Amino acid sequence: MSGIPHDHYEPKTTFTKGVEKRLPIIGLIYGTLMIPTPKNLNWMWIWGIVLAFCLALQIVTGIVLVMHYTPHVDLAFASVEHIMRDVNGGHMLRYLHANGASLFFFAVYLHIFRGLYYGSYKAPREITWIIGMIIYLLMMATGFMGYVLPWGQMSFWGATVITGLFGAIPFIGEPIQTWLLGGPAVDNATLNRFFSLHYLLPFVIAGLVIVHIWAFHNTGNNNPTGVEVRRTSKAEAEKDTLPFWPYFVIKDLFALGVVLIAFFAVVGFMPNYLGHPDNYIEANPLSTPAHIVPEWYFLPFYAILRAFTADVWAVQLVSMLTGGIVDAKFFGVLAMFGAIIAMALVPWLDTSTVRSGKYRPSFKWWFWLLAVDFIVLMWVGAMPTDGIYPYISLIGATYWFAYFFVILPLLGVLEKPAPLPASIEEDFASHYPGAAE
Amino acid sequence: MSHVDEHEGTRRDFLYYATGGAGAVAAGAAVWPLVNQMNPSADVQALSSIRVDISGIEVGTQLTVKWRGKPVFIRRRTQDEIDAARAVTMDELVDPIARNDNKDAALDAEDQNRTMDEAGEWLVMMGVCTHLGCVPLGDGAGDFGGWFCPCHGSHYDTSGRIRKGPAPENLPVPTAAFDGDTEIVLG
Repeated sequence: MSGIPHDHYEPKTTFTKGVEKRLPIIGLIYGTLMIPTPKNLNWMWIWGIVLAFCLALQIVTGIVLVMHYTPHVDLAFASVEHIMRDVNGGHMLRYLHANGASLFFFAVYLHIFRGLYYGSYKAPREITWIIGMIIYLLMMATGFMGYVLPWGQMSFWGATVITGLFGAIPFIGEPIQTWLLGGPAVDNATLNRFFSLHYLLPFVIAGLVIVHIWAFHNTGNNNPTGVEVRRTSKAEAEKDTLPFWPYFVIKDLFALGVVLIAFFAVVGFMPNYLGHPDNYIEANPLSTPAHIVPEWYFLPFYAILRAFTADVWAVQLVSMLTGGIVDAKFFGVLAMFGAIIAMALVPWLDTSTVRSGKYRPSFKWWFWLLAVDFIVLMWVGAMPTDGIYPYISLIGATYWFAYFFVILPLLGVLEKPAPLPASIEEDFASHYPGAAE
Repeated sequence: MSHVDEHEGTRRDFLYYATGGAGAVAAGAAVWPLVNQMNPSADVQALSSIRVDISGIEVGTQLTVKWRGKPVFIRRRTQDEIDAARAVTMDELVDPIARNDNKDAALDAEDQNRTMDEAGEWLVMMGVCTHLGCVPLGDGAGDFGGWFCPCHGSHYDTSGRIRKGPAPENLPVPTAAFDGDTEIVLG
């Protein structure tokens, strides 16, 4: 791949020369595996491999679960119980798939916050960032539709609430909702199409992952200093980098092993810890569970959805200005999607020329406050909607937007960054004085 | 067509745009069936009208039936509930419209405009929260003694009118009519 100067694949045998002349696939694989990688990458750069593993795990376990699952309102719940009780090793496959989704989101949140802290979204990596955000949106769509398939109470009512979000769009909302559901309410047509799309989207994600990797292989990885690899010559670039194979592959696989120890502990000993007991009750369209809670990975955005009720002055102001077209319900929906769009726009909202948060003394504090805000929103999203909780949601949601639309644009102008290291080599040598040759 | 210097349309320009236009129409025509197949199918649309036996409903109880995939509440209200609903003044309401499919769409949300009978004993309405579609809990739930939606905390009064919480509208009254004293026809 282009970008950082490095050795290219040279076929040696007659056979590989012949193949390479017709289809340069060995060179492509060699270039991808041997890509020069900044040698100072820390442990927060391991989540990519964990995410790749999760995608493979979900596709493989998903394909075999489909061999036993029946997408019909009368049979879906029973077929999942059939998987749990009768299919050989079925309970393990299902628990791997269900908890695999949790690991997937756990890893993607750490991966995203890594990018937010070290400024991985900044030029020239905006396209990598945007593709990543599209992947994240597709992951949420896939996770949501997958959760509907067991046809339990949480499946049904989660589907009702989330498709209800589209019904909140003024004028065209109801036809869109009916179109999405295939009827006036969540029913067999809905289950069937969600099954179809739940099977499709992971492959779309896989395609986008390739583009995501292609994009950052072209620009080179970001790194904890945010200082670019020197690329005036191959010799200089080699002082800042090491080839991906074997150095980072082994490091990443070790980290994956550690993560999988925790993952299999959950799958083996507490497989339902992250689930909801209500989803072991078959879907009943006539009775809503007393407390509907989405899966944990949706909670921060669910809290933002619920934060903007009709008694918030900002909601009343917008409602008045739009002549009532944007009511509290639509406002909440806009806020929820807006919270994700704000993240996607961060390459253009952050005005600082310094990439890494390591060298931004005030940014650090605001960033960690955002991380805490995310955890608080996740907690409050699971709480009831009375007492003090709506106020906490509102404060949390307000900070989320303030961080992206006020704090980041201003910080770039107001903050005086700390001096950057001259090169990755210099930063690396200061951390590991003995390692220098 | 940048290489064409003359400004008047040439034969080549015409063919270019005609081909492009035909291609766009063909692409649209090919996509439409793929979009339209997701709309409600004929059998889903056919489930339009049902009859409900109400002879077993005691005063102060409620029957929930499934109609067009959604729950419908049929409540036989107590005198206390009727009095509470009729004592509410219009300026206390979040949504001032009756939302009754059987009556004029412009009627205000007086309790009399929402009930099946003049006395107000029978109240029939969709059991679907106007916020995001959960089924509200009945039997005097919530701050106003009517219904309470557990999902996001919307409170409805004894007439099914939204009083507090994120829901924007009163619970709608579907097309419904008495057939004799013991049956209600929905739809």
